[in-house]
Amino acid sequence: MSHTTSGQPPRQATLRSPLGRVRGMGSAKSGAHHWWMQRVTSIALLPLTIWFILSLATSAGMSHAEAMLWIGQPLNAVLLLALIGLTFHHIAAGLQVIIEDYAHQEGLKIGLVLATKGLSWLLAIAAALAVLRIAV
Amino acid sequence: MSTMQDSREATMIGRRSDGTLVRRPLSPHLQAYDMLQMTSALSISHRITGMIWTAGAVVMVWWLVAAASGPLAFANVQWFLSSFLGVLFLMGVTAAAWFHTLAGIRHLAWDAGWGYDIPTVYKTGRAVLLGTGVLTGLTWLMLLISW
Repeated sequence: MSHTTSGQPPRQATLRSPLGRVRGMGSAKSGAHHWWMQRVTSIALLPLTIWFILSLATSAGMSHAEAMLWIGQPLNAVLLLALIGLTFHHIAAGLQVIIEDYAHQEGLKIGLVLATKGLSWLLAIAAALAVLRIAV
Repeated sequence: MSTMQDSREATMIGRRSDGTLVRRPLSPHLQAYDMLQMTSALSISHRITGMIWTAGAVVMVWWLVAAASGPLAFANVQWFLSSFLGVLFLMGVTAAAWFHTLAGIRHLAWDAGWGYDIPTVYKTGRAVLLGTGVLTGLTWLMLLISW
């Protein structure tokens, strides 16, 4: 495998990316957490979104009273709250990756990611509050 | 060490056989590169459908908040969703959602180390496209029957 001649240490292959080598800043301490959580939320969202799509598709054109009844059922309310939290976690994570890939200006990149996170939180809170107001 | 201004520069840095760094041009040249392969087309579609589904999630929030606000606000959402534009939007979101779901399952399989060889990549890619069409059609069939 290696053709090391005496006196010369073997050259080592590195796992570090060229970009990481150039920036020379070391680990950001969070490792693969962001990537891993994207996968975890996607697995949890699989059954939840299929449940939500099928529930809505089979009850299109609900009246207001019917919608209140459906959202207010404990099981539906719990699943809706889980769906809301996981959906906006997954959205914020996905949009962040897209922004980081295409926004090359550091200030713009950070600004867009922060705006995405803030909007995701606000929308999730608004939706959760709506479900709780109806269900509780 | 100076800070790099454009992160794309990093892709141009290679190593000589003695280990020292060298700046090399990007290869292959974009003119010679087929930009419309199924692999790259499905990859960018996964991101685009994710963004379309995000628009759908925002409408879901509108729907829930309107339901909590009262019959009048709820009537507004239902009016929009049953309008021509609303139905078109919902059809787009349904197709995007099924594509993103199926392509997402494909991504999870890749993450687990399965299906990386080119014939399988093309096979699963076609399955994602076919599945998106079938499941979108079935969803709207269900919707129209129960409407």
